[in-house]
Amino acid sequence: MNDDVRALTSELARDPGSLVFLDLAEVLRRRGQLDAALTVAASGLARYPALADAHALHARILAERGDGDGAFDGWMNALQLEPAHQAAHRGLGFLYYRAGDLARALRHLEFAAQAAPEDAGLRAAIERVRVAAAPAPAEALAGGTAAGEVVAEAAPAPTSRAIPFAIDSGSGTSSESELFAGLDGARDGLLLLDQHGLRLGGALRNEDGADVSDAVAAHLAGVSREAARAARLLGLGEWQSLGVECEDGNAHLVAPTAETVLLTVRDVSVPAGRLGLVAERAAQAARRWLERVA
Amino acid sequence: MSGADHALRRVSAVRGVRGAMLVSAPDGLVISESSMEDVDGRAIAALAASLAGRLRRAAASAGLGRPTVIQLRGETGTLLAVPAGDELLVVAVGDRETNLGLARLELLEAARGIA
Repeated sequence: MNDDVRALTSELARDPGSLVFLDLAEVLRRRGQLDAALTVAASGLARYPALADAHALHARILAERGDGDGAFDGWMNALQLEPAHQAAHRGLGFLYYRAGDLARALRHLEFAAQAAPEDAGLRAAIERVRVAAAPAPAEALAGGTAAGEVVAEAAPAPTSRAIPFAIDSGSGTSSESELFAGLDGARDGLLLLDQHGLRLGGALRNEDGADVSDAVAAHLAGVSREAARAARLLGLGEWQSLGVECEDGNAHLVAPTAETVLLTVRDVSVPAGRLGLVAERAAQAARRWLERVA
Repeated sequence: MSGADHALRRVSAVRGVRGAMLVSAPDGLVISESSMEDVDGRAIAALAASLAGRLRRAAASAGLGRPTVIQLRGETGTLLAVPAGDELLVVAVGDRETNLGLARLELLEAARGIA
């Protein structure tokens, strides 16, 4: 058991009424132990039903487990309690984005950005939604702009069935299409994501041609932080790359910026060394693109 | 000496390798280690297992199959991890001078012997 988890578990056992369940559930979530995270979060939520953070964290875990309906309800509950809750707006923004409701996605993401103006991933997401929503800007921005009005909107929940879990890269925005323009694999095999596992650009498809970008990105949330921590503990300095040789293909991760991760995937015929060179070229393109959209 | 200990010693004997360990993949606990000096073996085991688990899930989602070798490269060295079946992970840490090709082969051999 990880030391953090052990310490937090002990603390929670000593004082079951404390708010340490939030930290424990978050650590478990980041470690990918979603069942355990959900148990801890649900238990804490039962004890603190009026705590917006508990609803938001519970929702985030549900979202990562693929329960879009549950996540939507959780984030809406958080906003009922705390209309300006940043994580809830962010989560709802991404749910609406995935559901194709760009107007609502933009409104929620912009509320989230008000509380986190330095979040490059969020800014890039807003830019992406803005460009995608450009044909109908009036509609996208219509309606109230107060947080309370967002909470009060009679929005249909973006159900799991309605959420296209993978957004077709073929319908990507012009801004996004510039990201890896001219690079081999620009439309399949290069994926830029933020540290929260949000796809910022690029796409990845499986052997059946299905877009798996969002699913893969979600699994890689926090990977940069873990890699950095491991490298530090080992005295290896800053982490530079993470290579993964697999049975049916190879993957290479680098961090174009401190807040982003770039995944490059190729079949097994591409040697790991060459994959690293491809990844470095794509990382340079990603840095240029991030500077433009910032 | 157990087969695992022998395998870890072979990995540790590669030029530049600072140490090697056998880790329980599901919970990140150290099972056996060789020459892991100056590093917190328990923390490394936990982080390596967590990273490997995350990458295994991502690779599965991407349709890449199971990871066979994981390589974390830092400014001054490298962490190598090779799954040995579903439950174990053979991990090695090397400095900048490590013969990574040989270390990788020894790790794969160790994983085959241990799994």
